[in-house]
Amino acid sequence: MGAATEKYKSDGTTAGNLLEWVDARFPLMALWNDHLAKYYAPKNFNFWYFFGSLALLVLVIQIVTGIFLVMHYKPDASLNASGVPVAFASVEYIMRDVPWGWLIRYFHSTGASAFFIVVYLHMFRGMLYGSYRKPRELVWIFGVLIFLCLMAEAFMGYLLPWGQMSYWGAQVIVNLFTAIPLIGPDLGVWIRGDYVIGDATLNRFFSFHVIAVPLILVGLVAAHIMALHEVGSNNPDGVEIKKKKDANGIPLDGIPFHPYYTVKDIVGVVVFLMAFSVVVFFMPEGGGYFLEFNNFFPADPMVTPPHIAPVWYFTPFYSILRANTINFFWIDAKLWGVIFMGLGVVIFFFLPWLDRSPVKSIRYRGPLYKGALAIFIVSFFILGYLGMLPPTDGRTLVSQICTIIYFAFFLLMPIYTSLDKCKAEPERVTG
Amino acid sequence: MSCDHQVDCGRRRLLVATSVAGGVAGVAAAIPFVSTFAPSERAKSAGAPVEVDVSKLAPGEMMTVEWRGKPVWIIHRTKEMLDGLAKLNDKMADPKSDRQMQPAYAKNEHRSIKPEYMVAIGICTHLGCSPSEKFKTGAESGIDADWQGGFLCPCHGSTFDLAGRVYKNKPAPDNLEVPPHFYLSDAKILIGEDKKGA
Repeated sequence: MGAATEKYKSDGTTAGNLLEWVDARFPLMALWNDHLAKYYAPKNFNFWYFFGSLALLVLVIQIVTGIFLVMHYKPDASLNASGVPVAFASVEYIMRDVPWGWLIRYFHSTGASAFFIVVYLHMFRGMLYGSYRKPRELVWIFGVLIFLCLMAEAFMGYLLPWGQMSYWGAQVIVNLFTAIPLIGPDLGVWIRGDYVIGDATLNRFFSFHVIAVPLILVGLVAAHIMALHEVGSNNPDGVEIKKKKDANGIPLDGIPFHPYYTVKDIVGVVVFLMAFSVVVFFMPEGGGYFLEFNNFFPADPMVTPPHIAPVWYFTPFYSILRANTINFFWIDAKLWGVIFMGLGVVIFFFLPWLDRSPVKSIRYRGPLYKGALAIFIVSFFILGYLGMLPPTDGRTLVSQICTIIYFAFFLLMPIYTSLDKCKAEPERVTG
Repeated sequence: MSCDHQVDCGRRRLLVATSVAGGVAGVAAAIPFVSTFAPSERAKSAGAPVEVDVSKLAPGEMMTVEWRGKPVWIIHRTKEMLDGLAKLNDKMADPKSDRQMQPAYAKNEHRSIKPEYMVAIGICTHLGCSPSEKFKTGAESGIDADWQGGFLCPCHGSTFDLAGRVYKNKPAPDNLEVPPHFYLSDAKILIGEDKKGA
């Protein structure tokens, strides 16, 4: 962060007088300078650095479209006069009868998948360039918390259309908690508010989806950015630009975020919105990956669809859940599945302390880390792919192997990152 | 906490006591909020038993009724289906139904009161999907060549036999639950209640 900003002095114009009046009563110029005009970011940001600002853009899209969807949606599992659940019918009503309702709804449903694409790429960037390393551990931890909130938000939002996949997806995930010994069954009832997924569940998920989780999410995003701006951004070389400063205390390799990166990010926004619009207007169902076909049938508690799978962004973790088919020790395979799926997300919190490499960026890492990261990404994709398919013995075996690779990547990291033959980091960024 | 000369210890103690009392009140205030998550009185009372007429259920067929919002299956098993059960004992995780997944009167080799009629809750004991009926035997079932007929859970691949017993080394830990039930007459079953006085 730059030096303390002095209070704004008017240049005598009306606008200047107004700004002086405000700045005397609110730290407007200080905020502007600390986070934009005098926030010095490394000058060598590349393609991978678009996804942070894009995630913020998608958050705004989701909040704005969500506000308008709530005006027409009804969280009600009871059947209407035609025998269709009211919640399901209200989504159809938005799609068919509300003027432009289809557009708002497709923005929201496509936004959910776009959010995960952008966030996964953003996380991968962190892993490429070691952005989670000291002193950015808290930036990373806030980020993983945001990822957890996002998963909760997506899961609860998916129940709201009250289709077959909504219903049975929620049934499976809530039943994960019943695997916990002793308190499990009661915990399941407590989460559902009923003995089965029902109206009580739908209403509480609606409340969480539109009020509680978004509030937490916005708070965490603010904390993520504040922590980032406290320590400064990492960069593709993984070297600290704050080590080399000019006479004014400004990093030699730093440029003000505004206007340099605001302008660069606008280019990213335009390209992103082009891709986003193609999906919204020409393939809103995303080939069944963004909106699953079985979810166009109203929820039926009597019949599970012949093949159920979560939406694509959950499938790697779902595969890990299914990969556990063996009872170890005295614990059932069911509980192991739940434990490993939970650990699969939680283990990201420990990344800053698992990595013992002397360098941050992939550019200067040795072959061990490059190989490990490549194998990890491949198994993550395989797990994601298998999670969409019905299980067979062969597929279960492959997902078991990939699950082992997934965890080995993290758990063996202290060993292979300290053995790795790294190149020397440059003194300054290489442009 | 050290209590040196710069701190008024009496006031400090009062502050600590007030904070503790306030904290306790805060926690107590959370109880009603947490409690609203439990099933409401209305949800608790909606669990009436269901009467089912099985006279029209042909041998080898099954029907599904709703009880407490869950699917309950009634399977009319043929003699071949019943004979097949014993052959599967080695492949089952709990062949003798030792775990408490059924009332005492259904803890037998066919897991039912009358051998031909199987009553079970059609909810997989893994994560609660409803398994699909796979009554075709052998390779035709698409499961494996030795398949004796039963159920396959579409979610995580657990398999069950025609007595709702779970196969070994599958994600589901337990046999399908048999709900309390009894025969009102030869062809009428009441699901959701044990026989009075039994």
